Amino acid sequence: MNMVAVGRPLARARDEVARGILASAAEMRAEVRIDAAGTASLRFAVANVRCGGCVATIERVLGARADVAAARVNLTLRQLVITLPTPQTNALPIVEALAGLGFPVTPVTSFEGTEAGGADGSGVSKGLIRALAVAGFGMANVMALSVGSWAGAEGETRTVFHWLSALIAVPVVIYAGRPFFSSAWGALRSGRVNMDVPIALAVGLTLLLSLFETVSGGAHVFFDAAVSLLFFLLVGRTLDHLMRDRARSAVTGLVRLAPRGADVCQLDGSLVWTAIDGVRVGDVLAIAPGARIPVDCCIIEGMTDLDRALVTGESVSVAARPGDMLEAGTLNLTGTIAARVVRPASESFLAQIIAMQGAAENGRGRYVRIADRVARLYAPAVHLMALGTFLGWLAYTEGDWRRALFVAISVLIITCPCALGLAVPVAHVVAAGRLLRLGVLMKDGSALERLAEIDSAVFDKTGTLTTGTPWIADMAIGAADGAGALALARASEHPAARAIARYLEGAAAIVSEVKELPGNGVEGVIGGCRARLGRAAWVGEIAAVPAGMDGPVFGFEGRPAVGFALSETLRPGARAALKALQAGGVPVAMLSGDAAARVAGVAAALGMSEAVAAASPADKIAWLESMRGEGRKVLMVGDGLNDAPALAAAHVSMAPASASDAGRTAADFIVLRDGLDGVPQAWQTARDTARIVRQNFMAAFGYNIVTIPLAVAGLVTPLGAALAMSASSLVVIANALRLSRGKTRESAAA
Amino acid sequence: MTILAVLIPVALCLGAFGLVVFFWTLRNGQYDDLSGDAERILFDEDSRLMLNV
Repeated sequence: MNMVAVGRPLARARDEVARGILASAAEMRAEVRIDAAGTASLRFAVANVRCGGCVATIERVLGARADVAAARVNLTLRQLVITLPTPQTNALPIVEALAGLGFPVTPVTSFEGTEAGGADGSGVSKGLIRALAVAGFGMANVMALSVGSWAGAEGETRTVFHWLSALIAVPVVIYAGRPFFSSAWGALRSGRVNMDVPIALAVGLTLLLSLFETVSGGAHVFFDAAVSLLFFLLVGRTLDHLMRDRARSAVTGLVRLAPRGADVCQLDGSLVWTAIDGVRVGDVLAIAPGARIPVDCCIIEGMTDLDRALVTGESVSVAARPGDMLEAGTLNLTGTIAARVVRPASESFLAQIIAMQGAAENGRGRYVRIADRVARLYAPAVHLMALGTFLGWLAYTEGDWRRALFVAISVLIITCPCALGLAVPVAHVVAAGRLLRLGVLMKDGSALERLAEIDSAVFDKTGTLTTGTPWIADMAIGAADGAGALALARASEHPAARAIARYLEGAAAIVSEVKELPGNGVEGVIGGCRARLGRAAWVGEIAAVPAGMDGPVFGFEGRPAVGFALSETLRPGARAALKALQAGGVPVAMLSGDAAARVAGVAAALGMSEAVAAASPADKIAWLESMRGEGRKVLMVGDGLNDAPALAAAHVSMAPASASDAGRTAADFIVLRDGLDGVPQAWQTARDTARIVRQNFMAAFGYNIVTIPLAVAGLVTPLGAALAMSASSLVVIANALRLSRGKTRESAAA
Repeated sequence: MTILAVLIPVALCLGAFGLVVFFWTLRNGQYDDLSGDAERILFDEDSRLMLNV
């Protein structure tokens, strides 16, 4: 790249920024998906579609447009699919029209950053629903035939019933049991035991025993038990998957912050939008105000202000000039700049953070879910008991192996962890629904288990305990200065200027010749006198600025200037959230990348005793590791790119919806509402859920304690097994539903 | 009891038919947007069908 060419593209970029078309059109085109039939479609997340009225409005308006072939809103997923007449259609006007209607949209690409793609996940759910339907069909029919046997069918009728049951049950178990068989096989092959091992064994052996009894004309078959067991367990598993799909689609719908491409200046002076992978070291990028920096680069032309809150946790925007380095993810606030790429996207600051996050996650991988911990004790105990029963009966009946095997398998059936298999997922699904009503999104069930265990919490400052918008504390300002400062503040989009404009509200002075100098401030002529609002040193060139001003300053030429003190706005509910955690016996601390003075100020305002300032991402991980070393289980709440590794390293983590993409990917929970109330509420829900899960396990064990002696004594009939199994499953489900009732009581009180 | 020889196959066929229809609805995307479909029935105008999701 030659330096000579740079001036022209920048002028052109400014030109295009003014018309508001830079990059977006090309970026939108990159999102168009073309299916096998050649139809081009775009998928958008529409966050504020709430009812049928919104659906009707969007579809009516889009349906009337010539550049839309078809449009359909999915209210459940809050998504919109637009089919374009041709793949070349420019979708940008459509997006702008939607924004004009009050529905800002974000393109949805397949879910990146997590294990499975969106299409993949829903495929698994559909398979489970199909298995569930087959199991339901089998259960109803086999049960109907079994009722005939229990009611006293004898002789040939009974034999025919048994054969019919076998004819239905065998294919049903083979089809509907696959999820359990394959999971159990996978666990055994890697030398582990999970809940699916006893399930698969019980179902498989029950089926074989019943087949054997049918062939040999025996009186008791357990086909109904095998099939209804599968049905109940599939209910739990399907609910679990649907919950995860829903959370996944909600996360996909959040506005993405990292840019996927950049405007690269060409030698002929034109700008070409290039996907992030195609940007090479040495390329010159044009970056507009309001855009995020796509890759690490170095400014070569233009002045601007930068918001680095998401990257470093600094709450105050900084001025940047040619020669300054920009990390990917920084927000460009005021000026258009040209910057030379210094590192490819794969080695950028963001990529280093992601690598760090991957390493930090290994610690969490050691967590074993409650159900699997139970299975580790339960499976060997049950299998030894069945073996003991078999040997005992063999000795007692002096070698009647058929009778001994029958009793041993009935022990397996009666102890089959049907209620245990349902105990956890049903409670988690109900809890996820309750959390969603509270505005908290849960990524999976294990996070809820981990959240219930926390014994300390640590919060990031900027963006988590505070919002990005600064405000001005009470101050004295003269009428002329106030009106002048307001007039200049309204001319700028800088966060500090907006805070001043909000604080000063009222009549503004009439100002002419306004110009904004990125990195310095705004200048204008008010009543024939030049005035400046901005950096203290810059205003000091024309006015008398008192020493020691670090906030923005306003002054008329040749007169004393007024300084504004910027404070950070606490997030609503931050104080209450911290208090609730402390009241529950969870000490809270602050871990921030910002300067010590500002950290101390916020800590004092919130009554936090422990606060670590100027922490780098590595410091944050080290702090969490030392806590882990002490055996502490830490909840981390953070939002920034710099928090992402710490979010992954903590025992469990939460992020606000405004967090960086990396932060949201790393966090277990996402708080969708503005306030922080969701944090203690989620913690409360997690503890309620843990209690319900414990009760469910107790109920399942209690039932086993009663029925196992009967089974060992050989007193269990197929009717008894069916009744006991259904009853225990219903008890567990009913108990889990109490979780959602607890919520309504709470909201009534609130 | 010979009536069972007719009734049981009939019952099984009906059940299997229901199962097949359920599979069809599932593949047809009829459960993709349950809350949306509940609202759609309230739309007044019979606008042209917007298929293709």
